[in-house]
Amino acid sequence: MAQNIDVQEAAAHCTLLRADLLRMLNAAGSGHPGGSLSCLDILYVLYNHVMKQDPKNPKWDGRDRFVLSKGHVNPALYVVLADLGYFPKSELMTLRKFGSILQGHPYMHKTPGLDVSSGSLGQGLSVAAGMAAAAKADGKPNRVYAMMGDGEQEEGEIWEAAMSAAHFKLDNLCGIVDHNHLQIDGNVEDVMNIEPIADKWRAFGWNVIGIDGHDYAQILDAFEKAQECKGKPTVIIAETVKGKGVSFMENQAGWHGAAPNDEQLKQALKELGQEG
Amino acid sequence: MKNVKLTFDLDNPSMKPSRDGYGDGLNDAAAKNPNVVAIGADITASTRVDWFVKEHPDSFYDLGIAEQNQMAFAAGMSLMGKVPFVCNYGVFLAGRAWDQIRTTVCYNNLNVKLGGAHGGISVGPDGATHQALEEISIMRCLPNMKVIVPADSWETRKATRAVAELDGPYYVRFGREKVPEITDESTPFEVGKAYCVQDGTDVALIACGVMVYHSMLAARELAKEGISAMVVNCHTIKPIDREAIVEAAKKTGAVVTAEEHQLMGGMGSAVSEVLSTEYPVPMQMVGVQDRFGQSGDPDELMNAYGLNAEEICKAAKRAIAMKK
Ligand SMILES: Cc1ncc(C[n+]2csc(CCOP(=O)(O)OP(=O)(O)O)c2C)c(N)n1
Ligand SMILES: [Mg+2]
Repeated sequence: MAQNIDVQEAAAHCTLLRADLLRMLNAAGSGHPGGSLSCLDILYVLYNHVMKQDPKNPKWDGRDRFVLSKGHVNPALYVVLADLGYFPKSELMTLRKFGSILQGHPYMHKTPGLDVSSGSLGQGLSVAAGMAAAAKADGKPNRVYAMMGDGEQEEGEIWEAAMSAAHFKLDNLCGIVDHNHLQIDGNVEDVMNIEPIADKWRAFGWNVIGIDGHDYAQILDAFEKAQECKGKPTVIIAETVKGKGVSFMENQAGWHGAAPNDEQLKQALKELGQEG
Repeated sequence: MKNVKLTFDLDNPSMKPSRDGYGDGLNDAAAKNPNVVAIGADITASTRVDWFVKEHPDSFYDLGIAEQNQMAFAAGMSLMGKVPFVCNYGVFLAGRAWDQIRTTVCYNNLNVKLGGAHGGISVGPDGATHQALEEISIMRCLPNMKVIVPADSWETRKATRAVAELDGPYYVRFGREKVPEITDESTPFEVGKAYCVQDGTDVALIACGVMVYHSMLAARELAKEGISAMVVNCHTIKPIDREAIVEAAKKTGAVVTAEEHQLMGGMGSAVSEVLSTEYPVPMQMVGVQDRFGQSGDPDELMNAYGLNAEEICKAAKRAIAMKK
């Protein structure tokens, strides 16, 4: 089924989004490029090829829900939402500024298209599980997606949520782990090892799908498989590269939470073929 | 402020745990709104949520012993139109899940109702770990959160019904032990409106929870000494009824607060925030003084921690003596 995504086109589009993302972080002067770039391709596919939504009517009851549990990477979500027309692209340049609709971490009451606020790690899967349980209780078809970090897997609440989602057989829930192998203090394996992460999710009763998180066909295929899986929730463990697309940011823990300066932006845009 | 005549027998009140009112209130709320759900955490019978489960088994979610998930899961349900009542012992509900309450429930202003069971030192034999004495303070400092401490079972039932119909997060605190039923079905109750259960001119005793009863006992003792005490049931601690508090202070010129909670940050603090900025009068506060609880019989503990009529009388005299 994955053939219905034009991989060439997706790649070209995501390059434009990466450029927007870097420009907005440069304008903000702070923010989190690393984990934004690592999950951007997944968010692009999810919003453009998977989720039911209506950007003209962001509160439409029939929409699928998305929870950005790792709220610090909201620049990635913001460029995807702006691209779909949830709000004008010009707003991107107001990120993190006083009075902006784009807060430093997601705030649902200011940004059209956000289903919930986040920023305190570890809570998103619980919220998503509650959404999925409510939809199920009412026999509604909404699906719920939650994007988590790999460092975030260290939070105990994630495993409380994992246990409950399997217990309630929430097959309308799909978690994604952006497995970029880095957190603030360094390699996830060194800071606090989460491996074997797929086995852990399996042991908690989840359907586990491993993919390359920058391969558009694999991403779409995984979401389709998640939808087909009945009786249990699915988690997609996506192997990704933190800082993906910008050579000097790739796999560097230091680019977790630092914005590119003008010089660095220029260099990055050049690499993406988007200078000027 | 409304004057409300309570008709119970001060010497021989009928006794009932306020948690019973929570169980009944949940069923009342669910009867009116099918979107009401209860979210538990392995403490279902002792919070009286089992009364709800009996009538609405499909609307109950037991999240197990996982308070953080319990709270954020409920938040997710509210985002889909449910009206979740999250119930747990106050210490674990407000304490363990505080960040979830802050960032997910309050920041988003979600329609989540918190039922804080086992409030106060009267929890008794379980001891300090289970005696919630700090929740009022850590809940009322959160933007969007509202806090109610009903006086008895009937008032808890009415508060539970009321918050089901109001939007946004509410914390309703109730206790484990039997307490005097000072109100009845017909006693008026409005969130955010304190009411006067006894008029007076020398001092105002402003109380919440079971301390309303103790304040009424204190007022009777004070009357014997020629002191006229007003008694106010300040069941809603946030939003606090500023008008009623100022009115009581103007009329009496001295205020005593009484609560089954730490003095720091509780109802007395809320009252003093109003009076010190709007109408300063001499004030004394009765409550737990920066100490943990311990095991014991509820009455024994209430007395050992100075949560009784005698302490309220002493505080009243101190407050009156401070008048110029
Ligand atoms: C509860 C909580 N603790 C700490 C932080 C600070 N923090 C922000 S991002 C981050 C590291 C996240 O690492 P990971 O989950 O791997 O995210 P990614 O690599 O995708 O950026 C930390 C510790 C937070 N936001 N919330
Ligand atoms: Mg990471």
